[in-house]
Amino acid sequence: MGFLEMLYFIIPSAILYATPLIFTAIGGVFSERSGVVNIGLEGLMIVGAFVGIYVNLEYASTFGSATIWMAMLAAFIIGGIFSLLHAVASISFRADQTVSGVAINLLGLAVSVFLVKMIYDKGQTDMIDQTYAINRFAIPYLEDIPFLGPLLFQNVYSTSILAFAVAFGAWFIIYKTPFGLRLRAVGEHPMAADTMGVNVNRMRYIAVVISGALGGLGGAVYAQSIAGNFSHATIAGQGFMAIAAMIFGKWHPIGALGAALFFGVAQTLSVAGSTIPYVQDIPAVYLQILPYVLTILALAGFIGKANAPKASGQPYIKGKR
Amino acid sequence: MSNRVINILVPIISIIIGLIVGAIVMVVSGYDPVQGYSALWTGIFGDSYSIGNTIRQITPYILAGLAVAFAFRTGLFNIGVEGQLILGWLAAAWVGSAFDLPKIIHLPLALLAAAAAGAFWAFIAGFLKAKFKVHEVIATIMLNYTALYIANAVIKNLSDGGFKTERVHESASLRSPFLRELTDNSSLHYGIIVALLMVIVMWFILEKTTRGYELKAVGFNKHAADYAGMSVNKNIILAMTISGMFAGLGGAMEALGTFGNASIKPGFTGIGFDGIAVALLGANTPLGVVFGASLFGSLKYGALNMPNAAGIPEEIVSIIIALIIFFVASGYIIRVALQKLSKKKEGQ
Repeated sequence: MGFLEMLYFIIPSAILYATPLIFTAIGGVFSERSGVVNIGLEGLMIVGAFVGIYVNLEYASTFGSATIWMAMLAAFIIGGIFSLLHAVASISFRADQTVSGVAINLLGLAVSVFLVKMIYDKGQTDMIDQTYAINRFAIPYLEDIPFLGPLLFQNVYSTSILAFAVAFGAWFIIYKTPFGLRLRAVGEHPMAADTMGVNVNRMRYIAVVISGALGGLGGAVYAQSIAGNFSHATIAGQGFMAIAAMIFGKWHPIGALGAALFFGVAQTLSVAGSTIPYVQDIPAVYLQILPYVLTILALAGFIGKANAPKASGQPYIKGKR
Repeated sequence: MSNRVINILVPIISIIIGLIVGAIVMVVSGYDPVQGYSALWTGIFGDSYSIGNTIRQITPYILAGLAVAFAFRTGLFNIGVEGQLILGWLAAAWVGSAFDLPKIIHLPLALLAAAAAGAFWAFIAGFLKAKFKVHEVIATIMLNYTALYIANAVIKNLSDGGFKTERVHESASLRSPFLRELTDNSSLHYGIIVALLMVIVMWFILEKTTRGYELKAVGFNKHAADYAGMSVNKNIILAMTISGMFAGLGGAMEALGTFGNASIKPGFTGIGFDGIAVALLGANTPLGVVFGASLFGSLKYGALNMPNAAGIPEEIVSIIIALIIFFVASGYIIRVALQKLSKKKEGQ
């Protein structure tokens, strides 16, 4: 394999692996920016993956070519509803946010596998029909551009385009709108925001539900594009990797996008590395642990200092200093 | 109502609500909750075989719970018990199978290796927190996956491309023909004694030593502890290291007792995360952890009987456990309700 063929293989595949991470990491950005730590993203992705596969399997004949979009929409909505549990516990009931997030992870997995066994009477679903999976396509005209064409436009997934749009949309919302300003204020200094008439708890509820919806969407995308079915092991760490991407991207939507793409490269190399020259000499384990090690180094300040929003992790109690 | 009574009532109420919601879920899903819960009961206490295996299941839960609880007492959230446990598992399995020594040396050595492996992995997180202010929750999550992949790679190497290590030698094994016979061939092993010893160790460190007093002081108020001349950073590192030691021993229970080897895992064992539930329910006290571990260990093992005896997926128990965590974590609202209730009574 020549160098160019190598790139033409690695980059589209990296974008494919990065796409679910982008959605989920952006969800994490919303939640943490409002001051609520969401360790439960893994569980929310699991719920999303299950809902996505369920809708795809059951309603493909009804929706036809719109199936993937309906499945993603359903996962988006159910993910948002599911995250309300985290919101109620950690915002209204002042539960420890990390504990509540752990409970979301356990509950998401348990409920999804319970439902699979109840509905299908076995531990995993059937594979979805390949024609109704998220498939790649080529963008006319753009694909003919030398170098960039085969690199970016010959094997495109519609969901990847959506992911980029969501990332830039999130940047616009968080940094260019009054809503985003309030969101950040609530996460940095809730008391000041409260004094200025911002409803802290309402903002946090909205942010957590957005994170749940995007996490569910990420799960549905992963299940329909990479996994193809749902079992207890379909989502194995993607949610935590999304959290890593959010931190490595310094709680910024575009940063999270970049980190997710970078982790996508690492995942591609660890999955398909044995067929790529040079990479095949690196033991897969180094590529597997790379995202996590890099995140720790970033937090330790070796790769630029990553600082969390100031009030993240603390419940806001009115009138308490 | 006194604070003490409320502190005991909150977990009990949470368990009851959890079980009730579990029953509702079963009814809504078209299953019979009476049949479900009686299958669960038989799965736990049905015969001596079940009781033996239930105790076996409780063993690592005690150690995982101790690990989480110990860190909590110093104000640290060790969510990395899972990774520390996996490395302890690997270390015990390796020492147990690589050496030929008399039992009196070999078994303690294998246990020590597991404790050291877990302690080292947690030390990294403690060090990062003390020196670089890296939040331990994120650091330990990242270290969990790092541990999982490293352990899998090492197992692959040790076994020349296979998927499990060699069996641990008899001289390092926790298995006991006596306990086996007593419980109708269950896989109960001596690990439970190690676990209960560690419960006493944790109680002793926290309640009877100056160091334990310092650890708790840092947990209560680290600024006050600092002002009183205690080194907060040193105590953070120490607390994480001891916590990881408990977690590593939890892994040794699986390596030397239950499974007798270490095998490549597609994902986490779940014991570390359940340890959070155990510690939370036990209010982070050594004795509380024993109760928490007994409850969750029993539920987890008993659940395996539910698909056969009642046709209900065993995940219903994981749902119930997750709900119990939610309710205990939301203890604030239960407290408010209890206080209102007791005020009303006083008013009459």
